[in-house]
Amino acid sequence: MDGYVQRVLTATPSRLAVPLPADIISTVEFNHTGELLATGDKGGRVVIFQREPESKNAPHSQGEYDVYSTFQSHEPEFDYLKSLEIEEKINKIKWLPQQNAAHSLLSTNDKTIKLWKITERDKRPEGYNLKDEEGKLKDLSTVTSLQVPVLKPMDLMVEVSPRRIFANGHTYHINSISVNSDCETYMSADDLRINLWHLAITDRSFNIVDIKPANMEDLTEVITASEFHPHHCNLFVYSSSKGSLRLCDMRAAALCDKHSKLFEEPEDPSNRSFFSEIISSVSDVKFSHSGRYMLTRDYLTVKVWDLNMEARPIETYQVHDYLRSKLCSLYENDCIFDKFECAWNGSDSVIMTGAYNNFFRMFDRNTKRDVTLEASRESSKPRAVLKPRRVCVGGKRRRDDISVDSLDFTKKILHTAWHPAENIIAIAATNNLYIFQDKVNSDMH
Amino acid sequence: MFARGLKRKCVGHEEDVEGALAGLKTVSSYSLQRQSLLDMSLVKLQLCHMLVEPNLCRSVLIANTVRQIQEEMTQDGTWRAVAPQAAERAPLDRLVSTEILCRAAWGQEGAHPAPGLGDGHTQGPVSDLCPVTSAQAPRHPQSSAWEMDGPRENRGSFHKSLDQIFETLETKNPSCMEELFSDVDSPYYDLDTVLTGMMGGARSGPCEGLEGLAPATPAPSSSCKSDLGELDHVVEILVET
Repeated sequence: MDGYVQRVLTATPSRLAVPLPADIISTVEFNHTGELLATGDKGGRVVIFQREPESKNAPHSQGEYDVYSTFQSHEPEFDYLKSLEIEEKINKIKWLPQQNAAHSLLSTNDKTIKLWKITERDKRPEGYNLKDEEGKLKDLSTVTSLQVPVLKPMDLMVEVSPRRIFANGHTYHINSISVNSDCETYMSADDLRINLWHLAITDRSFNIVDIKPANMEDLTEVITASEFHPHHCNLFVYSSSKGSLRLCDMRAAALCDKHSKLFEEPEDPSNRSFFSEIISSVSDVKFSHSGRYMLTRDYLTVKVWDLNMEARPIETYQVHDYLRSKLCSLYENDCIFDKFECAWNGSDSVIMTGAYNNFFRMFDRNTKRDVTLEASRESSKPRAVLKPRRVCVGGKRRRDDISVDSLDFTKKILHTAWHPAENIIAIAATNNLYIFQDKVNSDMH
Repeated sequence: MFARGLKRKCVGHEEDVEGALAGLKTVSSYSLQRQSLLDMSLVKLQLCHMLVEPNLCRSVLIANTVRQIQEEMTQDGTWRAVAPQAAERAPLDRLVSTEILCRAAWGQEGAHPAPGLGDGHTQGPVSDLCPVTSAQAPRHPQSSAWEMDGPRENRGSFHKSLDQIFETLETKNPSCMEELFSDVDSPYYDLDTVLTGMMGGARSGPCEGLEGLAPATPAPSSSCKSDLGELDHVVEILVET
């Protein structure tokens, strides 16, 4: 955790003081090998970065990420029935496990999920008999002999095509998608329902969770996130706005309204306020790579849960407890509704989440140490080691400390991702993407 | 970072009321702040109707907060005793120096707008206001309506109002907003209270007592103007201009 270095600053270069709304990154996801990194933005675009193979000439430069492909995934639409615009913002991207030379990913906005296939073309046939180089038909009288077309190398071309469009499955806004370990199905969750799809079938899906009450007047709880178990294809978890997690088994029933396990921490009566429920709402849930634990993020904390213990989390880490006394103001300016994501490292020993002022936090589960780092152009030069930051809450103030009142609440790190095997992290700070690598500890421990 | 409104003092009235309320100051200030939080929440719910499409999670969380406050208010026995004075004092505390807002709201109810609302609180406007306030009492959530109609009925109308929100979220349709706001008897839609509450109370009230933050510094007038612009927009939609 100590030696994080800024390897690459890759961003939509923006000279504007205020970033264009369309450029705001809305999701970040590494593929299963970490070779590719996909980002989605508010304008419906997907940008894929590829890690360059390590070069023999510069052994210290361990593979930087460069732009591999950019495409428009979703366009804004209009719902004529409700007279409402459907945003093209990409809410989530999930990679499919690679099964052949092509890469595939699912990208979704509020209503429609799309399966994209990404292929490379680096050869082309030359020497046709009937057509010339430009493709025009040859004058047959000039053809005197037959030749076999030969494949010749060409500049690499990355082609992206939409292979499936899964539409009309959701009345409410999609907040999560998750590919099953069976590699054949995936689920999509909106505020009130979760659907199971087959990757090859677009005209129907199965509803597996439905928490919509008979009377919308009785609605008090919504689904906030969901994910399939990494190994057991029958298990999935979904989180709610009341801070609970429900683990469901698809073998039990077709409609998984009855949970197999309910994970809920009893409320602390000493901390009770009008905002207790809002700050307990879970904004993200992630299974550990081992499948034994779950990581949840609520407004002020990240928690690690053991699948075998429903009563309470086994670990709780304070992300920015100094905000606890500011909840009313954060409610007033709507920041209290910000949805932060969380991430595990490859060995499940360190967890990471974002905060305000372009800060992000890492917690080492073994040593119990934590660090606050900042993602900003000004504060870090390329290849300089990131300096830990500190927020002071009154009392002794060190030189580079930031006081709570000078935090910039418009600079929020909502989306972060961790390379599946190495200590490389991707941080989305508004419209900029930062990639940091741990030079000191390249391997996971 | 967080703008606060100016706290207004009712100069003429102060000597009369201050003594009576001195002993109950902490209780009534918590009630005022809680009321301000309630008003802020109600405005948030209204505003999210006007924007493109409401975020259901956010709306549900705000609505749950409103329900919590309302339940606590109905259970709070000591609050009841303070209510009459608090009810009269509260609107004065939350006066807004914008005749446009007050006229638009009172125009609907058929009451006369009080003259000279903007600067200084002399005996004249105050006495003009009192009849207006009592005329509005049935629709004022914090006023004697709580006692007149009884907590149960008010709870019912509160729930009904929240129900209507979720129904419109279901069948989001611009004309539904007219239906929502056509019911002038509902305390939820007392535009005057809600908007004045947001302007005066929400800025300085809830964040102080409820969380022990440091006292607010006066906000520059420019922040009030931008809020007015937003509120004007809300009022325009409601009165269908």
